[in-house]
Formats: sequence, C-alpha cells, structure tokens
Amino acid sequence: MDKQRLVLLKNVCKEFDGVEVLSNINLYIRKNEFLTLLGPSGCGKTTLLRLLGGFETPTSGDILFDGKSIINTPPYKRQLNTVFQRYALFPHYNVFDNVAFGLKIKKLPKAEIRQKVQDKLKLVGLSDYENRTIDTLSGGQQQRVAIARALVNEPALLLLDEPLGALDLKFRKEMQLELKRMQKQLGITFVYVTHDQEEALSMSDTIAVMDNGRIQQIGTPVMIYNEPINSFVADFIGESNILYGIMKEDYVAHFSGRDFRCLDRGYNNNEPVVVVVRPEDIKLVPPTDNTINGVVTSIVFMGVHYEIRLKGDDGFEWLIQSIHSAEVGSRLGIHLDPDDIHIMDRSQYDTAEYLEIKQ
Amino acid sequence: MNKKKTFALPYVVWMVIFTVVPLLLILFYAFVHRTDTGALVFTTEYIESALSGSSMSVLLLSLEYALITTVLCFLLAYPAALFLWQLKSRIGSIVNLLFMLPMWMNFLLRTYAWRALLDTSGPINRILQLLGFPAQQLLYTEGAVIFGLVYNFLPFMLLPIYTSFTKIDKSYIQAAEDLGANKRQTLIHIIFPLTKSGIITGITMVFMPAVTTFVISRLLGGSQTMMFGDLLENQFMLLKDWNTGSALAVVMMVLMLLSMALVRKSDDGVMPGGM
Repeated sequence: MDKQRLVLLKNVCKEFDGVEVLSNINLYIRKNEFLTLLGPSGCGKTTLLRLLGGFETPTSGDILFDGKSIINTPPYKRQLNTVFQRYALFPHYNVFDNVAFGLKIKKLPKAEIRQKVQDKLKLVGLSDYENRTIDTLSGGQQQRVAIARALVNEPALLLLDEPLGALDLKFRKEMQLELKRMQKQLGITFVYVTHDQEEALSMSDTIAVMDNGRIQQIGTPVMIYNEPINSFVADFIGESNILYGIMKEDYVAHFSGRDFRCLDRGYNNNEPVVVVVRPEDIKLVPPTDNTINGVVTSIVFMGVHYEIRLKGDDGFEWLIQSIHSAEVGSRLGIHLDPDDIHIMDRSQYDTAEYLEIKQ
Repeated sequence: MNKKKTFALPYVVWMVIFTVVPLLLILFYAFVHRTDTGALVFTTEYIESALSGSSMSVLLLSLEYALITTVLCFLLAYPAALFLWQLKSRIGSIVNLLFMLPMWMNFLLRTYAWRALLDTSGPINRILQLLGFPAQQLLYTEGAVIFGLVYNFLPFMLLPIYTSFTKIDKSYIQAAEDLGANKRQTLIHIIFPLTKSGIITGITMVFMPAVTTFVISRLLGGSQTMMFGDLLENQFMLLKDWNTGSALAVVMMVLMLLSMALVRKSDDGVMPGGM
C-alpha cells in the first residue's frame, strides 16, 4: 500500500424494494486517485456514487472514509462534494452566489469568501460571469459553475456524475483535459461516473468496469484495455472480435477451425475459453492455407482508418480496422500474431442464455 | 394568426359586456352627479364621502381582518404544503384531495354549517359543557369571523404553495445538502426562495378577496362586525345609493391595485444572494 486509502467500501450491497442493484462491492480509493466507475446504464454506478455522497444508505456492508464509517453520516457532514449530472445549480442565485453557497453556510468571513470564489471562477475560466444568472449560461458554462461550486469547498473527495454527458463532442474533449488538469493541480481525489469508455480510458488512473451491480474488473486503463477479464469487459471497452474456442494445450488455442500460437498458459487441456482479438491488431493479407480466409462485405471510411467487415469461411463476421482500404467482394486472409490473441475464461456472459438475451 | 384570434372572440365579448362596461359604469356613478334638472355634472363629493371617517374605519377593520387571515392561512398552509410535498406521490395526492374536498361545496353552505357548530347550543359548546366548562359565546365574535375567513380561504393559500413545491427539482435539495447545508439551512436558503412565487400568489388570492368579503362576516359576526364588503352591499341594496356605493368600490379598487403593485415589487425587490 504505497498511498493512503481515502475511501474503503466493504461488502457493500444495496437493494431497492427487494431488487439488488449493487452486490458485494469491495473497493478502495487512494488519495489523489482519479477513479472512474464505467458501465452501461443500470449497472449500479450512479447508485454507488450516491452511496458515497450520502444520498442512499447501503442495505448491508460498510463505507469507511479516512478510516471511519460514514454510512450514518448525513451528506452535509461529509468531507466531499458532488458535481451533479444536470448540475443542479440554484436558479434563484447568480453565478457568484451559487459558488459561494457552501462557504456562506460555513460562515466564512466575507472577504475570504470573495477571494476563494474568484479564485475558483478563474480556475474554470468564468471570471467575468460572477453576476450572471444561471439561465443565461450555456450548458458548458453551467457545467463549469457546478465544478467551481464543488471545488471551492476544498473537498477531500469530488464525486462527478456523468458531468460531461450534456456537452457536445468537441467541448467534451476540452473539458476532459481541463478536469484532468484541475485534478492534478489541486490534488483532489476524483470519483467519476461515465458510460463513455473513451472518456474513462483517457482520464482515469484506475477504472472500475461495472455491470449487473458488480465490479467486473478494476485496473489501470492500459491493463483493462489489453487484458479484459471477460467478454463483457472486452466488448464494452473498445471494439472486439469475440470468439469461442478451446485451449488445446499451453500456448496453443483452437478457434475458427484451426490452431493458433498464443502467449497464454495454465489452462486445462481442451478447456473451453473465450478468444478476443482487437480489430486494430488484425493484419489483412492475401489468403493462404495459414490464414483465416473470407470475403469483404463492407468498408467504411472512419477518418484515421477504414472499418472493414469480413465474412470468414468459419462463419464469423470479423471486424478489422486498417489504414489500408480493400475491395468489397474480394477474398482476403486474416493474419494473427501470438500477441494479438487474448484468451480469457468463460464467464456468465458466455452462457447460451446470456448470448440469447443479447441477440 | 387572424384565425387564432377569432377563437378568443367569445371571451373578449364576454369581458367587454361583463367587466369593462360595468367598470366604466362604476366610474361614471362615482364621479358624475345627476342634478334635479337631469343635467350631468362631474363631482368628487361621493369620493369624499367614501373617504369619510366612518367608512375608513370599516376599511381599516377589513384590512386588519384580511391581514390576520392571510398570516394565519400562510402559517397553516406552508408547513402543510411542505408535509404534502415530502409524502410519496400516491399518498400525497390522496391527502391533497382531502384538503381540497371542502372546496367543492359552496362556501355559503359551509359557513352556515359553522353557524350551527358555533351556536351556544351547538355541538362545540355541548362538548365544552360535558368537559365541565361553561357555555361560550362563540358565534358573533371577531374570532368567529376570522376563523370563518381562514377556513374558507385556506385552500387558496395551500394550492399555489403546494404547486410551487412540486416544481422544485429535488436535485437542488441534494446539492444544498452536499454543500454542507443542514435541513433548516436548506429550507431557508433554497426551498423558501424557490416557493416564493407560490407564496405571493397565495397571498394575493387570500388577502384581496378577504378584504371585500361580506357574507362570512354577516353570518358569523352578526351586527358586531361590519367589513368593507358589508358597507358596500348596504350602499347598493339597503340605501340604494349607487353613487356612494360606486365611490366606495373605486376606493377599494385603487387600494387593491396599490397592494398588488406592492406585493409584485417586493417579489422583484428581493434580489438573489440575500443570505
């Protein structure tokens, strides 16, 4: 444990009317960490954030903050602040009074409040907006006010609930960089909720991928991208070709009707596994006996690369990203190097029932 | 556009016949004197008599009753609306219905019912006597009038306030709590300002009609209490003095417009950030 653990969740469960939305969550958040809770809608990520904020109490389990349980602490006594999904700026206050709210509640001296509010408005680039009313601000400006309003209280922990969801793409990218910069500059721990995997990959120190009320995988962005633990994570983070095969022996996987050399070992011989191949790892070559061959069915130009779909002779529809174009209807082969092939255990996501629901 | 305007025509005709024309007639009667020869002359004598000491004291009493009624209605309605708002929506709408139910009956009927209840031989006094208290004179007192006013006007305070509560986004409350405000601070700094428009509507809907009410004071206050509405009615119905009656009506309308303007101004006047 190199850095101190600021928050610790122990066996946290949450039910609403008997329906379990979070089951057995164990998670720690280090000081100054940028942790992202990533998952599809309904996965429980917002509920987890609301448990931290104090707006819900866990059905069972405990949440420790700086070593002390906070599950019975009301929100207004917690050392944290929240940037709400739709900002929740007070409509009857102007920008200054919105940002000053927390400090006024703490009854700080007027001059100190003014100084701190001005500092934070400068940080978010809204220095000239003090007297503006909320309804005259754009979505992006409101978002900045919401961030300033939370940061001005100098919380140990900042919770952000899909804060960039309402912004357009270009502005979202800008804000991602800015948020990351603020987090580094101020040394505040961030817990960030999003369903946008790109956002999660580019901003986070740690990502917790959630689905079905459980944390499926937790790790650094690189680790999660390169070594997804199951086919859900592989499918949710980036695009993937997910196939079912068996592990013949150490370093030899069998799928698409042939054997491939890979880097994985430690499975039982002939154990059923999931094979994940990232579309950008695939090399298209002239068809030979040693490649998976098929017919190109579609090509879409994506700017940086072409997205090519190839119907393999194995029946699988391959997704390939390549900087080179190809011709629809032409026969090509897929070449895979050993490190392009990722092997993982079969999980509940690979059962017949699950796959049927998905379709 | 023109086609749309024609839809409003029936209402416009209605307004002209039953609001604009009567208003002009009232102004006419209040300021024009018909001499014995039948000539029409402009005069302020009726207005002057309407501003005389005796009618002014009635007006003051009416204002006092209306003010007390408004304050009491607010003190009862605001916590009730807060309570209703926090109920689950299904239970809330049932309780809301219970609050509104009496409104579906004509207020005259309800006021007559209170006459029977407050009577010296009525059920309230009988219960008091059973408990060993002497019979009280409840009817025909100031208290009875104010009680009747509050009883009749309470829904008009409750409904707009409750409506303004239902429009509050719950995330504002959570944001305030998140920023360190406890329940009391959230109520003062967030909930109260956000329900102000409902409060102001409630005040105008209770205060204005309460000033000019006349039946409630007559039924529950008897000859003890004369309100401005009673005075007005007497001028028209008893004394058949339409001129002075109209002058009194003009005084009342001016007063109402002034107080409306005052309420509106206080609404704009309180700028955000007054913490």
